Amino acid sequence: MSMLEIRNVRKSFGDNPVLKDISLEVNKGDVIAILGPSGSGKTTLLRCINFLERADGGTLTLDGQTHDMHSARKEEIVAIRRKTAFVFQNYNLFLNKTVLQNVTLGLTSGRGMNRAEAERIARDALLRVGMLEKADAYPISLSGGQQQRVAIARGMATGPEIIYFDEPTSALDPELIGEVLNVMRQLAQDGMTMLVVTHEMEFARNVSNKIIFMDGGRVIEAGPTGEFFSNPKEERSRNFIRSILNKE
Amino acid sequence: MNERVIQIVRDAFPQLIEKFFTMTIPLTVLSFALAMLIAVATAMIQYAHVKGLQRLCRIYIWIVRCTPLLVQLYLVYYGLPSVGIYLDAFPTVVMVFGINEGAYLAETMRASMEAVPSGQMEAGYCVGLNYMQIMGHVVLPQAFRTAFPSLFNSLISMVKETSLASTITVTEMFRQAIVINGRVYETLALYTEVALIYLAFCSLLTVLQRWGEKKLSSYGGVR
Repeated sequence: MSMLEIRNVRKSFGDNPVLKDISLEVNKGDVIAILGPSGSGKTTLLRCINFLERADGGTLTLDGQTHDMHSARKEEIVAIRRKTAFVFQNYNLFLNKTVLQNVTLGLTSGRGMNRAEAERIARDALLRVGMLEKADAYPISLSGGQQQRVAIARGMATGPEIIYFDEPTSALDPELIGEVLNVMRQLAQDGMTMLVVTHEMEFARNVSNKIIFMDGGRVIEAGPTGEFFSNPKEERSRNFIRSILNKE
Repeated sequence: MNERVIQIVRDAFPQLIEKFFTMTIPLTVLSFALAMLIAVATAMIQYAHVKGLQRLCRIYIWIVRCTPLLVQLYLVYYGLPSVGIYLDAFPTVVMVFGINEGAYLAETMRASMEAVPSGQMEAGYCVGLNYMQIMGHVVLPQAFRTAFPSLFNSLISMVKETSLASTITVTEMFRQAIVINGRVYETLALYTEVALIYLAFCSLLTVLQRWGEKKLSSYGGVR
């Protein structure tokens, strides 16, 4: 049985339908890359899955419990979010907290853990992303790549069942992308379940095991990574891959 | 300046300072604390778009900001007794000043809260915090930081505005000067003395503000 299942998600902004009946399944340990041209609804999909946007309809099943994505209650949403983590394109570290506090806040206030235990877990997570020596720095003094690594540590620390990544490297200078992708690659090797909206084809090809290709608010093609790149079934997928390859 | 004037100024000083510390400062501190409480509550209601209450907050801010402080003071102290409500002068001042300043500070706080990037709120939700936790740990601390210079502005204003309390029989520092002047009639010298005490204290607050801003900037940019 899949760990996370999304069924028939719909979402419009005003008269503009952004997601048209999207379904997908995630198994434990999956690293799924969501690809597609700009405006295809990738980010909105991810935001709907974590209730940062309210979908107009659809269901979400996590751990065998099904929730209505339109009418889920606050308590349901809090419970779902405590099992997940979200990494934003522009990091969104808490600006008034140190690196260490950024990671511990979700553990102490969010989950009622005592400070000592939270700090132990946070330091461990920071060590894994190579940011432990910056534990007492404030986000503003860090580079984009460092901030994003802290954001990933913040996500990992809460022990989520799945981490959502929303274009985690899109805001970074080219020379800083590598350090973030390395951390994500390590995370994938450690067996973390990940759903990644990305434009990084190298990452999608080499790290993910499944691809979901979206265009115009629909899933055009979904399947194993190797197949998608070597033998895309749909015309639009082929065009997309060709345009990417030309760019590279 | 003749010796008599110097003597009067010298004699007045301890009396003025006494009133400054026993009345002016307590009035300022209590009024400002009340104003902050009202301001944060009002700003949070508006920030969260609480229906009904939000409207009430707008009406409160509208009325308070559009009527003079002195009129409000007279209305409560001299007006309310005619409908059977008698309040002592000191609590009247604290209440009126607090409610008055609260309306201005509410707007300062609301603007500062709205200046906190929405991503901060979203990140808070995503690490498992609830709304009030995000407010307490993330949004309000950042908003206070932004609002700090404006809040300090209001505090300095309030120190001086407490002199209006003299008009409803509260013997704070300025009224003490009026009383002394009634006896010795050295208007220029005595009121200059009072002005200098206000100036000295507000200068001290200005220095304190600079120090505070520097302290707060550690996570704002310059380290």
